[in-house]
Amino acid sequence: MAGKTISEKILSAKSGEDARAGDVVVCRVDCALATDGSAPMALDYFEAMGGQRVSDPRRIVFALDHYAPAPSRNTAQLHQRMREFAALHGVTLFEVGEGIGHQLIVESGRAIPGSLVLGADSHSVTYGALNAFATGIGSSDLAAIMIAGRIWLRVPESIKVTLTGRLPVGVYPKDVALALAGLLGADGATYQALEFAGPAVRDLDLEDRLVLANFAVEMGAKNAIFPADDRTYAYLDGRAAAPFAAVAPDAGAHYCREISLALDSLAPQVALPHQVDRVTGIANAAGTAVQMVYLGTCTGGRVRDFHQARDVLRAAGGIARGVQLVVTPASRTVLETLMRDGTLADFIAWGAVVGTPGCGSCCGTCGAIPGDGVNVISTANRNFKGRMGNGQAAIYLASPASCAAAAARGAIADPREVMP
Amino acid sequence: MTGRARVFGGDVNTDYIITSRRKRESLDPQVLRRYLFEELDADFAASVEPGDLIVAGKNFGCGSAMEVAVTAVVGAGIPGVLAPSFSRTYYRNAVNNGLLPVVCDTSGIHEGDRLTVLRGEGLAVRNETTGETIAAAALPRIMWEIVAAGGLVPYFRRHGDFQV
Repeated sequence: MAGKTISEKILSAKSGEDARAGDVVVCRVDCALATDGSAPMALDYFEAMGGQRVSDPRRIVFALDHYAPAPSRNTAQLHQRMREFAALHGVTLFEVGEGIGHQLIVESGRAIPGSLVLGADSHSVTYGALNAFATGIGSSDLAAIMIAGRIWLRVPESIKVTLTGRLPVGVYPKDVALALAGLLGADGATYQALEFAGPAVRDLDLEDRLVLANFAVEMGAKNAIFPADDRTYAYLDGRAAAPFAAVAPDAGAHYCREISLALDSLAPQVALPHQVDRVTGIANAAGTAVQMVYLGTCTGGRVRDFHQARDVLRAAGGIARGVQLVVTPASRTVLETLMRDGTLADFIAWGAVVGTPGCGSCCGTCGAIPGDGVNVISTANRNFKGRMGNGQAAIYLASPASCAAAAARGAIADPREVMP
Repeated sequence: MTGRARVFGGDVNTDYIITSRRKRESLDPQVLRRYLFEELDADFAASVEPGDLIVAGKNFGCGSAMEVAVTAVVGAGIPGVLAPSFSRTYYRNAVNNGLLPVVCDTSGIHEGDRLTVLRGEGLAVRNETTGETIAAAALPRIMWEIVAAGGLVPYFRRHGDFQV
């Protein structure tokens, strides 16, 4: 019998079956997240299904992140409904201001090697950075998990993505993610897993892996998954919610496709409006005027991202006139770290607007909204028309350093030119 | 399952199926069905009849994973969607809400064609208008049972858990 990919091995363990790509299996779920964007509908399904109690409330997490803080009476009422349900059933609820649900799942050690962690939000793929099988599900799925603790899943074929070489100065994991999206296209990995491998993986910090895993859904992937190594164990030390064992692919595992990316040959990348896979080298967009710069989200809102942006802005001496810089840490822990190490003071001194930890402006549900005709450059993962709440704005996606370079110049620029 | 083909192109995203503007007003499928596909075909909602089948190009339901993009279609009495490929979240949500996703070549189907979805070992689509029969991918057993039950809600009301 042929060997198995990491995804096949985890889904075999969680279903108790010999799970192979293409099979549909019913799996026990270790943890499932619902946000204020998906939980209200899940509660409707829960009631309609005849749900009386949550079978194992320790496995369910609610996060109030899409409307943080609630910008309207309707959204405030959604929050109230989630709070009441969570209190009644003993479900963990992360309050407004705690941060983005995905970041909180990772920070709280709920995503561990070999685990099955799902979320009623497409960017739940992020947890694959920790050698977990992680994917986005619907509200009805979440309701079924609350009742029965299980879900049906089709076992994905895997694309092996081999990373080689070292990232050049001024080039970051976000550039790798954008380059992959350009290479595969927005539906290039539909129904499939991206399994990362290769000598460059061990050089990637855990936060770097989160960026790559997060972006997998922009290529249509079901999940992304990294091997576990010393960096994984270091991150989980004192944090892991349960004991775990790393899951490695078998020798002879079958991959439906193999691609490789030489990191040392990459330049800074940018996704042009309004498609995530309209990716080009940043030189091809240099000089495009920008009026709003957004640093944050589940892709680019962690400590490392803000440090990279700060370094560029410090070298440049601050923000150009006419640019609104919006800073939204992915979690309160990130915010506190930035406060302690002085990064936040720098951003505020340069004139940045600081938002509540959460999804912020990313999907236009709360936070700053760009005006008509405004060009935005953002560390986020989506640039669809209207994504940030105004279809008359245009969104470019880039690394934190490239976004900071644009903030410093008032126009898209190669960060290597701003910070030689 | 027999119905009239209502044809759309490829890469129809969930916002084209039902705009997020409408989602903010209501989650009720009977309200949302009035605005189905309004960005693509302003007359669709008024002309849709129960039993109509949606026929689309590749990557149907891409974009957001919002489940209302399925429940609004079901609310209009549409029992199935035919496309050569679906976004995975749309496919999942379709199964869970009793909407039959049929993966098949849709290039030879025209607006108004009368279609019959045949269920045997696999799935097939007979185009009664042209006489052509199109092979379609079979649904794995558990997905089929959920669709046949009418979705996860009736399935769970009956079984209380997945039956494996």
